[in-house]
Amino acid sequence: MAIAKKAIVWGLFAAGGTITAFVVPALITLFLLVAMGNVPDGLQFELFHAFASSWLGKACLFIVLFLSVWHAAHRLRVVAHDFGIRKDALIASAVYTVAAIGTVLTAFYLLSIG
Amino acid sequence: MSRRPYIRPISKTTWYMRNKRYKVYVMRELSSFLVGFYTFYTICALAILAMGSAEKWDSFLASQQSTGMVIFHGLALLYFLFFQTFPWFKLAPKAMPVQIGEKKLPDSYIIVGHYVAWVLISAFIFWLAGVI
Repeated sequence: MAIAKKAIVWGLFAAGGTITAFVVPALITLFLLVAMGNVPDGLQFELFHAFASSWLGKACLFIVLFLSVWHAAHRLRVVAHDFGIRKDALIASAVYTVAAIGTVLTAFYLLSIG
Repeated sequence: MSRRPYIRPISKTTWYMRNKRYKVYVMRELSSFLVGFYTFYTICALAILAMGSAEKWDSFLASQQSTGMVIFHGLALLYFLFFQTFPWFKLAPKAMPVQIGEKKLPDSYIIVGHYVAWVLISAFIFWLAGVI
C-alpha cells in the first residue's frame, strides 16, 4: 500500500480508537438500559428525533459513527492477517468497502431525519 | 546464509496461543468486532428513526428488550472496557508523549487525564440521554 494512503487509514484508525475508547462504553450502557426496558428519556422518539434533527446532533452522531466504522475496518483487516488469512488486498477492499457503505448510510439517514 | 535455512514451524492460525502476551493482544484486537457491531447497530437504529414514526421507533425499542440482549450488552460492556478502553488509555502516553520544554510530562498524568476525560464525556452522554 502506498505511504500516502496508509497515513489516511492510520489517522482514521487512531482517531477512531480514541473516540471509541471514550464513547462506546456509554453507548453500550444505553443499549443495555434499552434491553432492560428502562428506555432513557433522551432515547424516546420525540427527544432523540429532535437531537438527530439538530445540526449539532447530526455532527456528533456522524463523527462518532464515521470514525468508529473506519477504525473497526482497519483493525479487522489486521485481525484477518492475525488469524492466518494472507489475502490482504482482498480483505482490505472488503473491509474498506463496508466502512464506506457504513459512512454513506450514516450520512443518508442523518440527512433524511428532520 | 546457509543453503537450507531452518524455518521454525509456527502455525498461522494459532500462533498467539504460545504465550500470555500474544493471547492478550489477540483478545484486545477482537474488540474491533464489537466496534463494528455497535456501529452498524446504531446505524440500524438511525435507519428506523429516519422513518419518522414514533410507533416504529417504539416497536424497535421494544424488540430489543430481552434477557439475552441484557446479557450480551453486559458482557460486551465488560469486554470493551478491559480490552479496548483501558488498554487504549494505558498506551496513550506512548502514542502521544507530551513534552514541555526539556521535560516530558509523566505517563501517569496523561493516563489519569484520560480517565478523568472519560468520566466527564460519559457523564455528558448520560446527561444528554436523560439517564442522569
